[in-house]
Amino acid sequence: MRHTISLLVENKFGVLSRIAGLFSGRGYNIESLSVGETIDPQISVMTIVTSGDDQIIEQITKQLNKLIDVIKVVDMTELDHVEREMVLIKVAPRQEDKAEVLRLTEIFRGRVVDSGQKTYTIEVTGDEKKIEAIVELLKPMGIKEFVRTGKIAIAREGIKK
Amino acid sequence: MKMSGAEILIESLKKEGVKHIFGYPGGVVLNIFDSLYDNKEVQLILTRHEQGAVHAADGYARASGKVGVALVTSGPGATNTITGIATASMDSIPLIVFSGQVPTMLIGNDAFQEADIVGISRPCTKYNYLIKDVKDLSRIVKEAFYLAREGRPGPVLIDLPKDVTVSKAEFTWPEIDIRSYKPTYEGNKWMITQAAHLIAKSKKAVIVAGGGVILSGGSKDLRELAEYAEVPVTMTLMGLGSFPGTHALSLGMLGMHGTYYANKAVQGADLLIAIGMRFDDRVTGKIDAFAPEAKIIHIDIDPTSIRKNVRVDVPIVGDVKRVLTVLNKVLKEEVKEQWGEVRKAWLRQINEWRQERPMTYTYRDEVIKPQFVVEKIYELTKGDAIISTEVGQNQMWTAQFYKFDKPRTLLTSGGLGTMGYGFPAAIGAQFAHPNKLVIDIAGDGSIQMNIQELATAVINNLPVKVAILNNHYLGMVRQWQELFFNERYSYSHLDVVPDFVKVAEAYGAVGFRATKPSEVEPVLKEAFKIKKTVFMDFIIDWKEKVYPMVPAGAAIDQMMFEEQKEKPEKKLKAVK
Ligand SMILES: Cc1ncc(C[n+]2csc(CCOP(=O)(O)OP(=O)(O)O)c2C)c(N)n1
Repeated sequence: MRHTISLLVENKFGVLSRIAGLFSGRGYNIESLSVGETIDPQISVMTIVTSGDDQIIEQITKQLNKLIDVIKVVDMTELDHVEREMVLIKVAPRQEDKAEVLRLTEIFRGRVVDSGQKTYTIEVTGDEKKIEAIVELLKPMGIKEFVRTGKIAIAREGIKK
Repeated sequence: MKMSGAEILIESLKKEGVKHIFGYPGGVVLNIFDSLYDNKEVQLILTRHEQGAVHAADGYARASGKVGVALVTSGPGATNTITGIATASMDSIPLIVFSGQVPTMLIGNDAFQEADIVGISRPCTKYNYLIKDVKDLSRIVKEAFYLAREGRPGPVLIDLPKDVTVSKAEFTWPEIDIRSYKPTYEGNKWMITQAAHLIAKSKKAVIVAGGGVILSGGSKDLRELAEYAEVPVTMTLMGLGSFPGTHALSLGMLGMHGTYYANKAVQGADLLIAIGMRFDDRVTGKIDAFAPEAKIIHIDIDPTSIRKNVRVDVPIVGDVKRVLTVLNKVLKEEVKEQWGEVRKAWLRQINEWRQERPMTYTYRDEVIKPQFVVEKIYELTKGDAIISTEVGQNQMWTAQFYKFDKPRTLLTSGGLGTMGYGFPAAIGAQFAHPNKLVIDIAGDGSIQMNIQELATAVINNLPVKVAILNNHYLGMVRQWQELFFNERYSYSHLDVVPDFVKVAEAYGAVGFRATKPSEVEPVLKEAFKIKKTVFMDFIIDWKEKVYPMVPAGAAIDQMMFEEQKEKPEKKLKAVK
């Protein structure tokens, strides 16, 4: 099963390679990873999406906890939480598809953040399903480039499953 | 008063109570070496190879329980330490390795003798540091000792750029607090109580003790538990010495080359009490067939060890000694169960297995059996010695035939299985215990991996003894080829083995040789009497194998024994 794991880590040189090294050294898979500073500049937050059976996920969280620079590990999958990801999609639609691209952008509450003579760059934020849906719909219109941030997640207040 | 980085380093080592560093110089650490020149409190022992330095520091740590320290130069000096660091890491040995580094300005430039040792050592250290500012130096040294020693111990590397050793700062010795590292020492009381009830109710319990018992200093508590609950104890290779090998409840080692009765007991047990061990594949054999009837209580300070390889019914994360103290108390004061006869029946059953297949070998008059040498060493030392081993058959024969009664008397590379470990480790141990008899039991292959350390032993007047079980083969490899590769001895024959007596003499040590069983005891006696480094070359029966043996991937009660395998001798087909 897929798990979204959130980590608080010391914002130090080499931390990312310690974490990446743990996954590669033990043969675990990283599906996505995002890192950023927290309010406290000495601490970073990382969100890792990984998959495995219960025993593997238990090992992953324990091994992460064991890393000296890791302050806290939360398996978001066990909590009620909000997940978001952002994508930037550059589409080069044919003349007749242009209106459809803009309509889809609106439906998905995206924004056009740049446009050229032949392209629109669209920004969309949402959970995985939403992102996948818009990508599917835009594909036939000609996606030229596509970048995604990787997932970030935060626990909802109070209501635990 | 301002001090240079090099001076701060030495001051910090003094604060940590370090008396010995094992090391090797080179360009970027010369400032540190210069500061050591007229220092009386911290002595550097010059080895002849950086790998030797790290193994020596490791042997020092295992024998003394203190943190071992090594110091090497950048580039090749640093990369030479990796085998030593990985060896310590796999066996959870507290070490600090200081490596020199090119000046901070040059890092990343492929400068002369630059190696990214922090990157290279990351997977085999518990933690590592690159120091960029001399002001951080003393704090980092203090943190490193804390990390190496606390929780599950392990090696820590500190990379020291040359300019950091030269720049100046005030010496401070700050309080440290590592917010992201808080090991759990106290076991959960509820879990411990569960464990106590399981123990009280079990009919066929077995304790499996590992290296964690030794690391935590929990041997006394283990003995108390075993004796009070009348539960037999088997040990992993790393656990040998955690419980007296001569005790009536000792089953010796379990696993691939364990005793028949230990493996039978584990496979028949209704409860395993696993203490400070991690269910290595050499211990469990085929994992699905391991201890099929048993509930498992697992005590370990490292949560990742629990449920990594086997299912566990009662996990207890904590320091072995502290958990056992509470467990013993709960058993005696709260559970107070009477087990009487039930335990006796189980111990009787185990004794039947013990009699059915004791740990034996076939003595011969005309040729030296390696087990005979190990037995004689045991007899003559009465167990009062520190024994290190190399890797291969020599290691297994030592584990099987020497009775380790006390913790920290066996130094062996269990996890990584590093040939070349034993001799430098013995040197390190001799520095920790100048008056103890320290003996490396070696193979003729392994001893050649760090034989240069003869110079270190001789120059320091160390009375270290090396007993080479010389079979002219990479014996353990040969054994596998004989048993599983149709006697195709592919590149395992050491055709040219040096004359070890002459090698010893060339270095200024003493060399003896024994070719007949009758010579074994006189040679050992003479060697133990001499206060010098001695190499003993025992020419052993090259055909001898380590039995019993569980083939890789089989259940641990599927054992092979000596008599089953002795086929008529085939002609040797060694490829050299
Ligand atoms: C550094 C290293 N290289 C290779 C091996 C694989 N290996 C395990 S045992 C062994 C043979 C050891 O031969 P020797 O030291 O003569 O000991 P014996 O088995 O004959 O007692 C080898 C090559 C190892 N354990 N370590």
